[in-house]
Amino acid sequence: MNVTLSSSELKKEGIEKTAQLSGANFFSCYQCGKCTAGCPASEFMDIPPHEVIRLLQIGQIEEILEKNSIWICASCITCAVRCPKGVDLAKIMEALRQIVLRKNVNYVHPSSVSKEELRTLPQIALIANFRKLTG
Amino acid sequence: MEVVSYMPGCTLKTSGRNFEKSAITLFDILGVTMEELDRWVCCGTTYSLSSDNIMNQLAPVRTLLRAKETGRRELLVLCSMCYNTLRRAQSLVLHDKEKRDKINEFMYREKTTFDGDEIRVVHLLNYLKDSVGFERVAKRVVKKPSDLKIALYYGCMLLRPHEVSVDESSEDPTIMEELFSLCGVTPVYFPFKTECCGSYQTVNQRDMVLSRAERIVGSAAKNGADMIVVSCPLCCHNLDSSQQRVADTVRGFRKIPVMYISQLLALLVGADDAGDYRLHSVDPRPVLKEKGLIG
Repeated sequence: MNVTLSSSELKKEGIEKTAQLSGANFFSCYQCGKCTAGCPASEFMDIPPHEVIRLLQIGQIEEILEKNSIWICASCITCAVRCPKGVDLAKIMEALRQIVLRKNVNYVHPSSVSKEELRTLPQIALIANFRKLTG
Repeated sequence: MEVVSYMPGCTLKTSGRNFEKSAITLFDILGVTMEELDRWVCCGTTYSLSSDNIMNQLAPVRTLLRAKETGRRELLVLCSMCYNTLRRAQSLVLHDKEKRDKINEFMYREKTTFDGDEIRVVHLLNYLKDSVGFERVAKRVVKKPSDLKIALYYGCMLLRPHEVSVDESSEDPTIMEELFSLCGVTPVYFPFKTECCGSYQTVNQRDMVLSRAERIVGSAAKNGADMIVVSCPLCCHNLDSSQQRVADTVRGFRKIPVMYISQLLALLVGADDAGDYRLHSVDPRPVLKEKGLIG
């Protein structure tokens, strides 16, 4: 991966928007990896949670949005309660999802859920899923 | 008879109806009437984590307004997701004046405003501990299955973030252990008790949820549990309905039933049954019969 490091990268709209929507200061992360160690979903992610923060720190939001990690996060909030620096990664993941979803993009298409699944899944699964993964 | 305002949430009226039904039975035996709110609305299931989203707070706040109108100070909630969403919405309104004003501006059809301090959102476990008293619950226990071993599963939404946790510790909670130990049931060592079940990813990341179920249920089974006890209809679905598929692919995987807190408690205090067993994927009746909890 070719990375351009400059202060202008950090002024990119997506980086500032992520900070604003999440209210989290991802620059205070010192990459201890505790979020990744406790994440129940990290093994299914293209890049682990602490790398998502690292890429934000160096302004590489496109790299994050190309990967599946933000869509695999189940918002269990384990990372946020364990972070020794108080960085709320669950909110950062939400902010990154919102940046994509607010462009009227759906990650999950409700019409693709089969009739059988609609019959067996509890409402809270469907409502939560569509809230998190549709625009 | 004590009366408590109660918000069931959507899933307790459908796939999670054993949770509601057994809680009503349990509370009847304990001498408490659960009075369902008029016109409650879906809580939205997940609390919005983005700072500018006021819209998702309106539904839980409307339900809190209905609770305020009852004149009581507490709102009992059973479902973990409703608990988390309502509790955090209440906390947001209480602590963020700017958002409170904005939310109340949307409530122009309401007769009153919600300021955040009128209602305390209380989960079943905290209600049993603080308002009823675990000792009083334990005194009502009539069935004592001496060798019943249970894995107490908290999941996420009862514990995180820390400010809404039902227990002082969100890392190693013991409130359920305390309750069931007093009622004569043995909790097993269960290091996965606070690990996420995969939650709403069950809709489109089924493999991830199967992998979570394998580990969580596998840990409970290896530690000798006869059943898993939960408080969330989504955890219940993910842990219960995944087991057959896991058993088909993982050699030696032992299926164990999943029950709601109130289902087991209702049986312990003398209820005849724990609801409609067809709603369970792994039938709990063999275990319940073996331990003398049902006839």
